[in-house]
Amino acid sequence: MYKFGSFLMTPLAKYLMLAFALVFPLLTSNEYQVYVMASAFVWAIAVYGLNIITGFCGQLNLAHGGFFAIGAYTLGLLSADYGWSFWPAFAAALLMTAVLGLLVGVVSLRLKEHYFAIFTLCVGFIIYLLMDKWEALTHGPIGVRDIAAPYGFGLVDFTDTVPFYYLVLAFLVFAIWFMGRLSRSLLGRTFVAIRNGDELAQSLGINLMRNKTLAFVLSTTYAGLAGALYAGMVRFIGPEEANITHTFDMITYLLVGGIGTLTGPLLGTVGIVWITQSLQFLEEYRMIIFGPLLVLLVIFFPRGVTGSFLGWMHRKGEQAQAPEQRSMGKVSLPSEVNSNA
Amino acid sequence: MLKIERLTKMFGGLAAVHDVSVEFEANKINAIIGPNGAGKSTFFNLVSGMHPPSSGRILLDGVDVTRMPCDQVARLGVGRTFQTTNLFEQATVLDNLIVGHRLRTRSGLWDVLVNSRRLRAEEQACRDKARQALDFVGLSHVEHRYIADITQEERKRVAFALALATEPKLVLLDEPAAGVNPEETEGLAALMKKMVANGLTVCLIEHKMDMIMGMADKIMVLDHGEKIAEGTPEQIKCNPVVIEAYLGSDEDAAA
Repeated sequence: MYKFGSFLMTPLAKYLMLAFALVFPLLTSNEYQVYVMASAFVWAIAVYGLNIITGFCGQLNLAHGGFFAIGAYTLGLLSADYGWSFWPAFAAALLMTAVLGLLVGVVSLRLKEHYFAIFTLCVGFIIYLLMDKWEALTHGPIGVRDIAAPYGFGLVDFTDTVPFYYLVLAFLVFAIWFMGRLSRSLLGRTFVAIRNGDELAQSLGINLMRNKTLAFVLSTTYAGLAGALYAGMVRFIGPEEANITHTFDMITYLLVGGIGTLTGPLLGTVGIVWITQSLQFLEEYRMIIFGPLLVLLVIFFPRGVTGSFLGWMHRKGEQAQAPEQRSMGKVSLPSEVNSNA
Repeated sequence: MLKIERLTKMFGGLAAVHDVSVEFEANKINAIIGPNGAGKSTFFNLVSGMHPPSSGRILLDGVDVTRMPCDQVARLGVGRTFQTTNLFEQATVLDNLIVGHRLRTRSGLWDVLVNSRRLRAEEQACRDKARQALDFVGLSHVEHRYIADITQEERKRVAFALALATEPKLVLLDEPAAGVNPEETEGLAALMKKMVANGLTVCLIEHKMDMIMGMADKIMVLDHGEKIAEGTPEQIKCNPVVIEAYLGSDEDAAA
């Protein structure tokens, strides 16, 4: 079992996961399953964003779903109402969420802990209200139709499910790659120091406002990226995209997968999306199964699947290392902060 | 080294620190003692820039740091520890210490994206500094243990190492020996002497009188936010005002 565990942390395991994602559309003849997987990947990108501000930097951002919707609406409105083609509108969506993230961040991050969470909850609701009520701009409850599909430069047709799946996968790989690099860098360590405590971080010479704002802008940009891809995938969006339940869904994915870890957001999102799919026949009653499952998970695995696994591996590793080696101060374990890469 | 002029901090109508003037010399162990609620921790928070003072001045090596934010004060060379240090429990000792040297580095988001040479060099520098600090506090052998798995005394030493990794001139230690046994207390006292021997200035808040009297070069006594005495351990020991603050006056005892 230990050998299996250490195998999971090798680069080979990562490549196997990637290989599985690459051949997945070939394994199934059912296009719907490919579509479900692609949507799971889109949400996973957004959850990685939430992981930056909430998992690493420790600030519970409840406006995350709102920024996801802003990304979707920016792309949707620019392409449907103003005739922009997909890629310029896509870039504009990223820019929009980054700029709005900066503005909201500079104001909201002056607040700490619960106050920040409550403030962002309100920001998320305001975003929802704007989309629902500002009919002149957003078409209100009718939503946005005829959103442009990604333009394939004559090479591929992204309106097909399978090419779109690969497009999303490419963005997901980039999102994870950057996250991995961030988590191992000094910048990632700075974020974690802030999560451990504002006061200690400050006394280590860390500028709280600048670093928190940077983490916030990164997270909203991730949300915007996911939202824009979502709009390009479903091509019809409404104010419900900004509903707070989406934010809570993402928090659930993050908690189940493992908050502050590198693979947690992916495992949590893909896992829960598929469990939800397979419980579809229960309709609304599936929450009767979900609720208790979540409670058990939070009690027994508070660090999520990935976090608990990493802790278990480390302990095993310490036991496996010969004691004399340890006393020499040389333990050749991979240094694991927040990543299992 | 550290010169405090008429420092006052009001919280609402309450003066947590009132009109305190004091001077701490470089390369000495300076202690601040006083009953609970005397304003000792507030004093540290003012010096480190955590809270802005209501009035008065703080000079660090002649530089006015009175209104400077905490992170800038740290960059000027003030390191500190807290009564309880919140470390990242699920990470190793070394991983917790690497960020300590972050304030001396400049890498930003772009460096992360392109994995620049500067970032790699700075990460190595931070890692080296963390190891050096860990070696200084005598914990090289627990480098790869999780914080959750080390003892209370080792945590105290890790907190010291974290403050040392910032390359401070002055270290403020808030009750460094609280919650450790007498034998370990001696070890921590030796560590503080070692810091001074290496050119640092130490300023600590402590309740363990044996330890303070044995090693401090200078003691300042606070009571109800005011400085009631300062001097060498010998002077403090027989100062009637201090004895009264600690034990209550004769009338109180008689009552």
